[in-house]
Amino acid sequence: MSQPHVALTNVSRVYPGTRNQGPVHALGPLDLELWKGEFFSVVGPSGCGKSTLLEVIAGLALASEGTITFEGAPVAARVPDGVGVVFQEDASFPWLTVQDNIAFGLRRAGVDAEEIAKRVNYAVTFMGLKAFARAYPAQLSGGMRQRVCIARTLVMQPRLILLDEPFGALDQQTRLLMGDELLRLWRETGATILLITHALDEAAMLADRVGVMSARPGRFIDILPTGWPRERDSLIVARQEFGQVTGHLWSLLRGESLKALQNDQ
Amino acid sequence: MRLRTNVLRIAVVLGAFLAVELLSRIGAIPRVMMIPPSEMLIALVRLLLSGRMNVHIAITLRNVGIALTSALLLGFVGGVVVHALPRLRRILDPLFASYYSIPIFVFYPLFIVIFGMGSIPLIIMGFLSAVVAMVINTLNGLDRVPRVFRKTAQVFQMTRARAVCLIILPAAAANIFTGIKLAVAYAFIGVIAAEFILSGGGIGYQISFTYYAFDNNTMYALILLILVLVTVINMSLYVWERRLLTRMGRR
Repeated sequence: MSQPHVALTNVSRVYPGTRNQGPVHALGPLDLELWKGEFFSVVGPSGCGKSTLLEVIAGLALASEGTITFEGAPVAARVPDGVGVVFQEDASFPWLTVQDNIAFGLRRAGVDAEEIAKRVNYAVTFMGLKAFARAYPAQLSGGMRQRVCIARTLVMQPRLILLDEPFGALDQQTRLLMGDELLRLWRETGATILLITHALDEAAMLADRVGVMSARPGRFIDILPTGWPRERDSLIVARQEFGQVTGHLWSLLRGESLKALQNDQ
Repeated sequence: MRLRTNVLRIAVVLGAFLAVELLSRIGAIPRVMMIPPSEMLIALVRLLLSGRMNVHIAITLRNVGIALTSALLLGFVGGVVVHALPRLRRILDPLFASYYSIPIFVFYPLFIVIFGMGSIPLIIMGFLSAVVAMVINTLNGLDRVPRVFRKTAQVFQMTRARAVCLIILPAAAANIFTGIKLAVAYAFIGVIAAEFILSGGGIGYQISFTYYAFDNNTMYALILLILVLVTVINMSLYVWERRLLTRMGRR
């Protein structure tokens, strides 16, 4: 059997205590394997460590215990080559135009101007931003700004794309349409995608497998294959199986969400 | 809409100018108190053409320039250092908050004793007036850089120095710009006010001198010169800032 694209073994993350609060065990211990070209979603109750999971996989935070590998090499305190991250918050740079935002990472990486122009042109067209290439983020809607951030990640041609609730601030219709674009992007690039989301329908619609996390400290209580074909779009929400997948996810998550709510209180 | 606002703004200034002109001409404002604005303007043009104030204008501009440049540089560096050291910040924050309640001019005897009557006390006065505005606004700017920008810099594998130059500073630019605008105003106020009491040269000194010599024409011409100078600088900064804020979506 080939090696997984991303592998987490016995990973946990504990935030050190402060003067007023003891240490917080945010995540794990957990194991996870992502396969090359797979679309994997993670759902879980609020505060269960979903974003922490993404940060340790990305190398943005250190795991307190355990090991993470990407393409067989360990990940530690540095974002590895070939990894792109899209955050929930608007991370477009307001002082740059759309095209300069998208070209930002390529320029830092020293890619030549002709190649940058080619990739940026492709990305603005692919993401439906061509008419706004010279606009500033302040002139765009929230959904379009998020598309700028996705395009900025896409042009770097990452082999692993980590998405931390990228559509969290969008309305339901826009989320579905953005989901279609994400699926198109996934098929076209062949990248492995890990999507963190709190929306069960989004996770069910987009992913090949959905990891369901427990209340803090987050562990996987189940990993559910959705069984969707690779060629799919948001219309699958109308299918009977979609309701079954979403229902199953909720049945796994309900108790954990209640637990998280009680912990918060 | 913006055109209308600009027209109204100009109308207000012109209206005030004409009202004072009228009140002066009909004698409602005695000439010993204030000459008509049109005469101030003529006196200013004559003064500039004669070149007899050039030395004093140059002294003031040089002193403001030195005070401002050092306040901007040290204020910015100070802001960055204090931002990077939270413990130091906890100590200094209350001092920054109460800084402008201290009348810096009360220290002028001390400055004379230490530095004499030259330009140095004037520059220090201008510097002290301006520097904290720059520190506070640099701090505010850095505080407001979204955390996600720092994470984005990590994703792009940027070194700390590159992240600061290409992401953190542009993100903090709007606040830093406010600091620059305030520092310009405070540096002018500090230097010119100090020239009234500490100097034998400069625009402030000349205003004071002409006041005691009952030379109203020259005095008002110099006051007008300062108003024009500060307004032009501030308007330029304002236009620049507006462009920046429009681009950043904060206007």
